[in-house]
Amino acid sequence: MCLPAAAATQSNDGESMTLASHYSYWMTILLMITGLYIVVARGNLIKKLIGLGIFQTSVYLIYIAPGKLIGGTAPIVAEGFKIYSNPLPHVLILTAIVVGVATLALGLALVVRIYEEYGSIEEDTILEVERRDEADQEKAGDRS
Amino acid sequence: MILDHLPALQVVVPLLAAPLIVLLRSGRAGWFITTAVSWISFVISILLFIQVQQTGVISYALGSWPPPWGIEYRVDVLSAYVLVLVSGIASVVLPYARASILAEVPSDRHYLLYSMFALFLCGLLGIAITGDAFNVFVFLEVSSLSGYVLIALGRDKRALRASFQYLIMGTIGATLYVIGVGLLYLMTGTLNLADMAERIRAVEETRPVLVALAFITVGLSLKIALFPLHVWLPGAYTFAPSAVAAFMAGTATKVSVYVLLRFVFGVFGVRLVLPDLALLEMLIIFSAVAMVVASLVALFEKDLKRLLAYSSVAQIGYITLGLGIANADGLTASVAHLFNHGVTKAALFMLVGGIVLRLGTSRMDALAGLSRRMPVTCIGVALAGLSLVGAPGTAGFITKWHLVLAALQEGQWWIVVVIAASSLLAAAYVWRFVEIAYLRQPPAGAVTKEEAPLQLLVPAWVLVAACIYFGLDTSFSLGGARDAAAFLLGGVR
Repeated sequence: MCLPAAAATQSNDGESMTLASHYSYWMTILLMITGLYIVVARGNLIKKLIGLGIFQTSVYLIYIAPGKLIGGTAPIVAEGFKIYSNPLPHVLILTAIVVGVATLALGLALVVRIYEEYGSIEEDTILEVERRDEADQEKAGDRS
Repeated sequence: MILDHLPALQVVVPLLAAPLIVLLRSGRAGWFITTAVSWISFVISILLFIQVQQTGVISYALGSWPPPWGIEYRVDVLSAYVLVLVSGIASVVLPYARASILAEVPSDRHYLLYSMFALFLCGLLGIAITGDAFNVFVFLEVSSLSGYVLIALGRDKRALRASFQYLIMGTIGATLYVIGVGLLYLMTGTLNLADMAERIRAVEETRPVLVALAFITVGLSLKIALFPLHVWLPGAYTFAPSAVAAFMAGTATKVSVYVLLRFVFGVFGVRLVLPDLALLEMLIIFSAVAMVVASLVALFEKDLKRLLAYSSVAQIGYITLGLGIANADGLTASVAHLFNHGVTKAALFMLVGGIVLRLGTSRMDALAGLSRRMPVTCIGVALAGLSLVGAPGTAGFITKWHLVLAALQEGQWWIVVVIAASSLLAAAYVWRFVEIAYLRQPPAGAVTKEEAPLQLLVPAWVLVAACIYFGLDTSFSLGGARDAAAFLLGGVR
C-alpha cells in the first residue's frame, strides 16, 4: 500500500528511476503548470475556466497513476492472482471529477451572467466598465 | 438512540433541507426551514460540545464502516467549538435574513438562496466535524460552490465578477489542498487524519511529506484569505447580500483556519513543522503584514462594507499570528479569536445591512450625520467597532491580550509593537465612521429619524451584546479555546 508507484518501478526488471519511468509524474507537473499559467495569464474568462479545468485534471493523475500496479488486478480475491490494485484512488477521483464538473458548470453560468451585464467576457473590458460606473457614481454622489 | 447519531445529524439535517427547499419553491417556506435547520444544528452542536466535555473525543463511524477504512466523524474540543460558532452565527443571522433578503434580492430567487444557504451551512459544519482528509475537500467544495452562488445573488453586477474571482481563486486553493492530501495519501496510505498522524512518523523526513505540507498550507491560506492571498475577499464581502456577507464573514474563513490548525498541529505535529521549513515564521511575517497593511487600506476605503472587509483581512492576521507563535497562549488566542472576531464581524455586517436597507448604499460620504437618523444602529456599530479595536471589556480585547502574552513569552517584542500599531489603525478606521456618523451635519432634506426595522436590529444587537458579554465572561470563549489549544499541543510530539 505504501508507495505503490515506487513498487511498480522496481518490479520492472529492477529498472532504476529514469525520466521515462516517471512519465506520468512529468505529465502531471506539465499539465499543472500549463493550467495554472492559463488561469493567471489569460484575460478571457472562458479561457481562465479552461485553464482551471486543465489544472484540476492534473490532480486526477496524481491520484490515479500511483493507483495502478503493473500486473495488478481488481481487488477481488481469486486463485492465481497475487497483486491487487487499490481501487480507492479511482473512487476519490470520481468524486473530484464531479466537483470539477460542478465548478465548471457554475463558472460558465457566471460567465453567461457577466456577459449579460457587462457585454464582454474580457477582464480588461469588464474592469473598464466598472471604473466608468464607479466614476459616474462618484459624480452623482458629489451632486447630491 | 438518537443522541448517538448527533454527529451525522449535524451534517445530514442541513444537507436534506437544501433539496427540500428547492422542491417547495417558496421563499417563505425556504426561510422557515433554513431557520429551523440552523436552530436544530445549534442545539446539536451544543449537545456535542457538552458531550465532548464529559466523555472526551467522540468517534462516529459513518455507515458503520470502522475507521480508518470508512469515513470517520470525529468531534473533539476544537471541532465542537467551531461547530458551536458556525451554527450559532447561522441561527442569529437567519431571523435577520428574511427582511434583509426581501429588500435586496428579487423574490423569485429567494428559495434558491435559502437552499444554497442550507448547503453552505452543511459544508461548513461538515468540514468541522469530519475526520477524513478527502472528506474535508468535498465539504470545502460544497460550502465554496454554494458560497459562490450566494455572493453572485447580490444586487450589484459587480457581485458577479467578485463571485467569479472567488470561484477561480477558491478552486485553485481547494485543488492545491487536494494535491497535498494526495501526496500524503501516497506516503501514508490513509486518509483518516488520526491514522495519518500515526503513520506519518515513519516518513516524516521525506520530501513528499514536506511538499504536501507546503501545498496544504498555501491552498488553505487562499481559502483563509491570508495576506497576500486575500484578493477575493473584499469584493466577495462587499457585493454579497448583507445577510450572506454577515454569515460568511463570521464563519467561512474561520473554518479554513480550523483545517489548517488540524493539519499543522494534529497531523504534522510541530516537530516536523518547526525545524525544516520556516512555515511558522512565514505565517508570523505574513500575519504581521496583513495586520498593518490591510488596516491601512481599510483606513482609506470609501465604502463601509469594503472597509469592514479589509478589516477582516487584518483580523485574520491576528488569528494566523497566534497559530504562528504556536505556544499555548498563542493557540488559545488564535482559537478564541475565531469566535470573537466571528461574532464581532457578523454583528457589524448585519448592522451595515440595516444601513443599506435605509440608505440604499454603504458609501462613507452618504453616512454623514447618520446617528440622528439611525441612532440605535450607529451605537451598535460603534460598540462592535470597539471590539474590533480591542478595547478592554469587549471580546476583541481578550484575544489581543493573549496574543501579547504569547509574543512576550517568546521574547518577540516586535510582534507586540505590530499588534499595537494595528490596533491604533483599527481605532482610526472605526473613528472615521464615528466622525462621519456623529459629528458631521446630515445632508439638507434628509429624513429625520428612520431606524432599521426591528427584524434587523434585534438579531444584530444580539451579536453586539455578545461582543460585550464575551469580553466580560470568558468561560465559554476562552475556556473552550484553552481546552482546544491544550488538545492541539497535546498532539505534538
